[in-house]
Amino acid sequence: MQSDIKRLSLILLFAPFALWILLLIILPHLGMVVLSLREKVAPRVYEFGFGNYIDFINEPIYWNTLLRTGSMSILVTILALLIGFPIAYYIAKIAGRRSRGALFLLCLIPLWVSDLIRAFGWILLLRETGVFSSFLQWSGMVSEPIEFLYNDVTVVMGLVYTVILFMIVPLVSTLDGMDDAMIEAGYNLGGNGYTVLRRIIVPYAMPGIVSGCIVVFMMTAGSYLTPILLGGKNSSWFTEQIYDQFITRFNWESGAAFGFLLLAFTSFVVWLGLKLSGQTLANTVAKS
Amino acid sequence: MTNAQDYDLECTNLMKHFGAVRAVDDVSFNIPKGSFFSILGPSGCGKTTLMRMIAGFENPTSGDIRIKGSSVLNTPPNKRNVKMVFQHLALFPMMNVYDNIAYGLKCNGVSAGEIETKVRDVLERIALPDVAKREIHQLSGGQKQRIAIARCMVLDPDVLLLDEPLGALDLKLREAMKIELKLLQHQFNTTFIYITHDQSEALVMSDHVAIMNNGKFEQIGKPEELYHKPDTAFVAGFVGDSNRWNGSVINMDAKQIKVETDTGLALVCQRNPNDGLSNGDAVNIFVRPEFIAAKKTKTKSSKDTQNTMSGAVDSILFNGANSRVLVRSDNGQLIEADIVVTGSASDLRSGDNVNMSWAHAQTMCFADKGEFDAK
Amino acid sequence: MLSTKKGAGLIAALMLTSASYANAETLRLLTWGSYAPEELVQKFQEKYPDITVEVTFSNNEEMIAKLRATGGAGFDLAQPSHDRIYSAQLEYDIYKPMDLSKINTSVMEDSHLNGVKANTTIDGEVYAVPHQWGTSGLMANKAAAPDFKGWGDLCDPKYAGKTSMRLKRTILLGTAYSMGEDPFAAYSDLDKYQALLDKVADKLIECKSNIKAYWKGGDDLSAMMLSGEVVASETWDSTAYKLYGQNKDIVFVPPETGALAWIDTFALPRKGKADDAAYKWINFVLEPENVTIMSGSTGAIAAVKGGLDMLPADKKEAVTAAFTDADIANLKFFANIPPGVEDMEGKTLEKIKAATE
Repeated sequence: MQSDIKRLSLILLFAPFALWILLLIILPHLGMVVLSLREKVAPRVYEFGFGNYIDFINEPIYWNTLLRTGSMSILVTILALLIGFPIAYYIAKIAGRRSRGALFLLCLIPLWVSDLIRAFGWILLLRETGVFSSFLQWSGMVSEPIEFLYNDVTVVMGLVYTVILFMIVPLVSTLDGMDDAMIEAGYNLGGNGYTVLRRIIVPYAMPGIVSGCIVVFMMTAGSYLTPILLGGKNSSWFTEQIYDQFITRFNWESGAAFGFLLLAFTSFVVWLGLKLSGQTLANTVAKS
Repeated sequence: MTNAQDYDLECTNLMKHFGAVRAVDDVSFNIPKGSFFSILGPSGCGKTTLMRMIAGFENPTSGDIRIKGSSVLNTPPNKRNVKMVFQHLALFPMMNVYDNIAYGLKCNGVSAGEIETKVRDVLERIALPDVAKREIHQLSGGQKQRIAIARCMVLDPDVLLLDEPLGALDLKLREAMKIELKLLQHQFNTTFIYITHDQSEALVMSDHVAIMNNGKFEQIGKPEELYHKPDTAFVAGFVGDSNRWNGSVINMDAKQIKVETDTGLALVCQRNPNDGLSNGDAVNIFVRPEFIAAKKTKTKSSKDTQNTMSGAVDSILFNGANSRVLVRSDNGQLIEADIVVTGSASDLRSGDNVNMSWAHAQTMCFADKGEFDAK
Repeated sequence: MLSTKKGAGLIAALMLTSASYANAETLRLLTWGSYAPEELVQKFQEKYPDITVEVTFSNNEEMIAKLRATGGAGFDLAQPSHDRIYSAQLEYDIYKPMDLSKINTSVMEDSHLNGVKANTTIDGEVYAVPHQWGTSGLMANKAAAPDFKGWGDLCDPKYAGKTSMRLKRTILLGTAYSMGEDPFAAYSDLDKYQALLDKVADKLIECKSNIKAYWKGGDDLSAMMLSGEVVASETWDSTAYKLYGQNKDIVFVPPETGALAWIDTFALPRKGKADDAAYKWINFVLEPENVTIMSGSTGAIAAVKGGLDMLPADKKEAVTAAFTDADIANLKFFANIPPGVEDMEGKTLEKIKAATE
């Protein structure tokens, strides 16, 4: 009797999660798999086949775009880590209890406005007739207007700005759990600043670093507006390719295939990263 | 001037101010080579700040710290040959036991082969030869303790600082570790400086103990000196248990002081030649429970050498060999006295009328500095 | 006893709400941004108090994608361009035939009505009627680029780094015209069209270094034009008219090979539930005073007789500044897109985007 009630409450607690996974994650993805394996032979006539995937392999533009998206996402991840780590360290270890909340809030502010508004903010600042260019001319550092927009550097910067919070949060939470005495012990036993960072702080923060990197990498590779709006004439992003397939070319079949390829590619990169850093999903993302 | 080489650590006129707070206030002491030295004081007395200055994590406001005769004020913490066992040990959880011990050696650029030998050797010495490959979380509390010490000792430090490392252990283990620490100190023959607020840890293990209060050292001495010949009321009250009265000096001579407590009791105390007391001064009077004899029968006692008092047993505090009796005296005060409980009919029972007596020589009297007013 | 009373009350309440729900009809409109100005929606709801209008703003591609996803459900009236009806209907079956007797077709400009009918008739059924028309062409800042007149001028080194275009199918078609070809004629032979697209791609890749940036929407185009960062660009006419209001130097330039003209239509999604309300909306917005409100919001010309004269004064000035009668006669209406062409054009655009200068 008691155990029946227990089991029932367990099922009730678990049900929303199971339904969510099943209805909103698994079913749509199954639908996508089926869709991606349909080849269009004539209007309203489809055949089963791998044609959409073969198209991807045969067209260098597609896989070049995917590789480009992947490598730029890795760059963004690395930059977010390099910039986010000192910030997280400051928030977790150096800032006082009171200023910590305020600092966190500051990091959160960019998330209060939508992607689109944020991108337009960058555009206002960086365009040829924008704030930076005008300031440089006014201060006499340059004589001609400078265009900062429409290149890969701007895209990377905009992306880092957008995702850095998702690097900082897991880092702060792992570093926060680190006893200050551990750092002092590191010095006391003869380590210098570099050894302490490399042998003690970074290994300790590894779960946070890895989970931050995974989240940031996935978000970046899947982002759409920032690379589109800030990017230049040559900067294509794989999500744009998927959008084009679905919307402008009405080619849902190949769009679905591309979506899967992006999922597979990013999962592969994450797997590789975990292997190389010797971490597992269980003790990184699940922990922090 | 003594030969500097006799001392592993010398501190002279050491001060540390945090704003208006004098955390460490003009402290001077020397620690002889190879001794076990404890700094005992209540929390907030400045002992942790003092230790952090020795380790180099804080810079003194003024004064000097010398290790093996040379000043280390300008030496960063990682270059001082002073190692520290932290309160929560601060073992590195991402490394196994071997790497924890090897960490300091690697920092010093010791070759891999030599590291191997040294780590094996130190593990032998702490009697844990087989744990090298274990992860930290697989160790018991006592093993962690020993690894934390080994991690420091493998570097052959001039001074080892221990910051209340036994605090987190349960009582039984703590008792065992006290003895073990003492043995380890003998074995390594290195100067240990042990910080604690637990007097029994300090008394059991130490060669010398400094009693610290409000940033100052009240007294430095061997444990038995502190216990039997405290210099100040604070030391007498802090070290060991005692019965305490507040009172004032009625009259005195070179050897004895006659005092009257606030409750109207006349007592005679042993005179400490340097107490600086004069007639009418407020004093604290201390008597340790083990010197009070509580008996049912009226024994003959010499009024010349003994203080006496009568009362009724309030309750018996049975604790084996350390059993005590709580006696309510005729004027309503509770007094503790050690007794022997044998289980026979002659044992004291609650409600028995008793007489208590103790020697004048065991009655300690100090100028009242107000330390006990709040209680 | 009590519970039956309660139950009866509940049923009565349910009947009441469902009754009032049945009375109030909802018209779910799927249209372009600015094609349903608030003023007009209010006026419509005052005239037909039992109809509530819900508007979803979109564009050609997304309209078709949305209707395709539901098989034509979720909306009661859509407004795709005239060239986006035929093949979409053939492939995805998302529209239903229109009952022209319910529409006041007499007010419509005959040439537009007949053109749209011809474009959208399948098996004798008409699937759309015209609403407004406009053009895609060029715009130039006359102070900086007085001689700007054709699609090819976007690639003129004279304006290096000072021109812009949108990397979509319009620029492919315009460039084909500027090279002396007729892309719409080539639709009938897709191999020939592919060859033409390859030529166009080469030209546009070569042109890439001349372009400052590809614009993505009216807002970034306007900003670049007003700030003077670009002096000439491909444009929608409505954007050019809007900028003319702010800077009289910026005018719409019909390319010498002819501006590309589109007609936005009314079409009924296959599973629409409020056809009567939809017909009421169509007739309502074709009334002369409403045409002016609509055109004031969209900047496009209504496909009704005398549509040009019903433009608000400032828009009319911009149009007359841009078009001569000869330009109007030279308009090139988008032809129906045959199946497969979207894919070919998409690949060509990807090739251009991916090419490095």
